[in-house]
Amino acid sequence: MTALRDAFLSAAVALGLFGPMVGLVTVSSDHGLFLRARPVAVAVIVGLVFFGRLGMLTWRGRNRAEATRANRAFAERITRAGKYVTPVLLLAALALPFSGSRYYVDLGTLVLTYIMLGWGLNIVVGLAGLLDLGYVAFYAVGAYSYALLATTYDLGFWTCLPLAGILAGCAGVTLGFPVLRLRGDYLAIVTLGFGEIIRIVLNNWVSLTNGPNGITGIPRPTLFGLRFSMDGGDGTFAGFFNLEPATIQRVIFLYYVIFGLALLTNWVSLRLRRMPLGRAWEALREDEVACRSLGINVRNTKLTAFGIGAMFGGFAGAFFATRQAFISPESFTFIESATVLAIVVLGGLGSQLGVALAAIVMVGGLEALRDFLSFLGDQMGSELFSGIASELPLYRMLIFGLALVVMMVLRPRGLVSGRTPGVSMTAPKEIDAELVAQGRS
Amino acid sequence: MTALLSLSGVTAFYGAIQALRGIDLTVEQGEIVTLIGANGAGKSTLMMTICGNPRARTGEILHQGQDITQFPTYQIMRRGIAQAPEGRRIFGRMTVRENLLMGAEVAGRTDIDALLHQVFALFPRLQERLSQRGGTLSGGEQQMLAIGRALMSRPTLLLLDEPSLGLAPLVVRQIFGAIRELNRTTGLTVLLVEQNAYQALRLANRGYVLVNGSITMAGTGAELLARPEIRAAYLEGGGHA
Ligand SMILES: Nc1ncnc2c1ncn2[C@@H]1O[C@H](COP(=O)(O)OP(=O)(O)OP(=O)(O)O)[C@@H](O)[C@H]1O
Ligand SMILES: [Mg+2]
Repeated sequence: MTALRDAFLSAAVALGLFGPMVGLVTVSSDHGLFLRARPVAVAVIVGLVFFGRLGMLTWRGRNRAEATRANRAFAERITRAGKYVTPVLLLAALALPFSGSRYYVDLGTLVLTYIMLGWGLNIVVGLAGLLDLGYVAFYAVGAYSYALLATTYDLGFWTCLPLAGILAGCAGVTLGFPVLRLRGDYLAIVTLGFGEIIRIVLNNWVSLTNGPNGITGIPRPTLFGLRFSMDGGDGTFAGFFNLEPATIQRVIFLYYVIFGLALLTNWVSLRLRRMPLGRAWEALREDEVACRSLGINVRNTKLTAFGIGAMFGGFAGAFFATRQAFISPESFTFIESATVLAIVVLGGLGSQLGVALAAIVMVGGLEALRDFLSFLGDQMGSELFSGIASELPLYRMLIFGLALVVMMVLRPRGLVSGRTPGVSMTAPKEIDAELVAQGRS
Repeated sequence: MTALLSLSGVTAFYGAIQALRGIDLTVEQGEIVTLIGANGAGKSTLMMTICGNPRARTGEILHQGQDITQFPTYQIMRRGIAQAPEGRRIFGRMTVRENLLMGAEVAGRTDIDALLHQVFALFPRLQERLSQRGGTLSGGEQQMLAIGRALMSRPTLLLLDEPSLGLAPLVVRQIFGAIRELNRTTGLTVLLVEQNAYQALRLANRGYVLVNGSITMAGTGAELLARPEIRAAYLEGGGHA
């Protein structure tokens, strides 16, 4: 009975919220702007909320212990599935370009960029426990480093890539120094400020960065000196292999470049985790005082975490610049930092696979949803579905927020929350996330 | 012969609050020295000040004759001093093995297995729980882990801050037994802070009494145990566990 009342209440709230947002659209015509009502769409949403809430309450109403057990079993299943998920994902990623669809390869490139950023930030946030809200700053430093070096000194992508990484790493260490003593919220605020400072500097230092107009004509990467240009002459990829020049070749090449960079990030993080430095990062996250009393040089440990995390951000930035061939400060707003941080948190802080899955869901999921809805719309000839599909990008943030809330309710420690110990002599004994106390225990 | 550790006129502050008011204290090679005092007397502060965190504002701390007062904490710890700080402070989400390794890394030891075995000989319980997460150990096991972790750097001076905190009498006896054993077999020097004054004074060669940031009494364990004011202040009310 209370469930029913609760469901009605939720439906009423949904009506209030979605009534104006979804129920009313503006249509422009020759005579000006008109309001059009869409009662059906609102009814569908309110109905979904009503039954969703009702279903949730009855499901919760089951035996509490049973629910916990189900959750435990789910976690176990995910951990076991992890063994197969990783190779399957890898193979799928390798094979994706063979689909030949430019759209999928582009989307895959985008997802991989975010996976790489997520893995990079994971070093800082997941391993070292330093909450960084300004990660986009290092992405920007990497992108501008490459763009400026390439356009000013005529250097190639592969020469600039390490330079961009080093410069971003230096920016990370520079940020690290003033925040050495800060933790938690204070650290978050300062890093947030740092991200904004970088963006504003890029925007206003017109003589160097060309300000809001950005930098154009950033050169594309080459494959062992072979260019991907459309003339098909000597020294181009198409000319060398006697192929018909096509844009897709470059798109696929870029895809494999970011794939390789992401794998490199993953490999380095996994290696570091098993090394003393990675262990020191984790110990730092757990307890700084204890670290000190064990003789860890806390300052250097923190700075390396900032530096290495930033370096990977810089690599990703350089890739972004070469892929877009155009960058401007607009690409490096706070929302990018927030997205990457959300990927790391959703993935389960510290889990490599979790970050990858979260990036796929968050970046690729929305695209997939739009595809699916427009497909449904085409099949059923229903205007409702295709209407929703075309409007979906407008609700991006709404869906994004909803996904975060749902995730945090269902799996508060992220998708893959059981952390595999870095070293163990016997077979690793997975401890369920529920058993590990929140924060310091 | 110079003392292993000697403090003279050490003061320490937290902001404007003075926590240590001119401490003079020595620890000789191979001794067990205990520090007793009421809550808030400054015992933990003294232990931390030896490690340079907080740093002594005035006074001098000598380790093996060298002035370490201004050394950064990590360098002090690399001289063979280890601390099991108050409240265990183990790394909750890391495994027992990783916790132990954290203790060894700093000293740059390579004979990890030998070190691990030394710790397991003392606390067999830890060996059984090697790949369990630190945070899921029982309180006593966590304390064993904290001591074991400190021992992993094979220190010459071990600082123990309230190892008996929150433990059952049986476990306390076990831990005190382990300290005595280590001292006897390896000659490890121990500076021990304890609320459990009776047991601590019986274990120790010498003791200091800290009141409000100053040392008010010093002597051998037996001497201090015999003092009526000690009995009144620290032993009455069930210290004879
Ligand atoms: N981080 C800090 N900031 C400010 N004051 C502190 C800090 N740590 C300790 N103090 C103060 O310094 C004094 C000494 O504290 P300390 O922890 O050394 O006492 P203690 O002898 O170890 O006590 P207990 O037996 O309760 O552990 C206390 O008055 C305490 O309030
Ligand atoms: Mg104390």
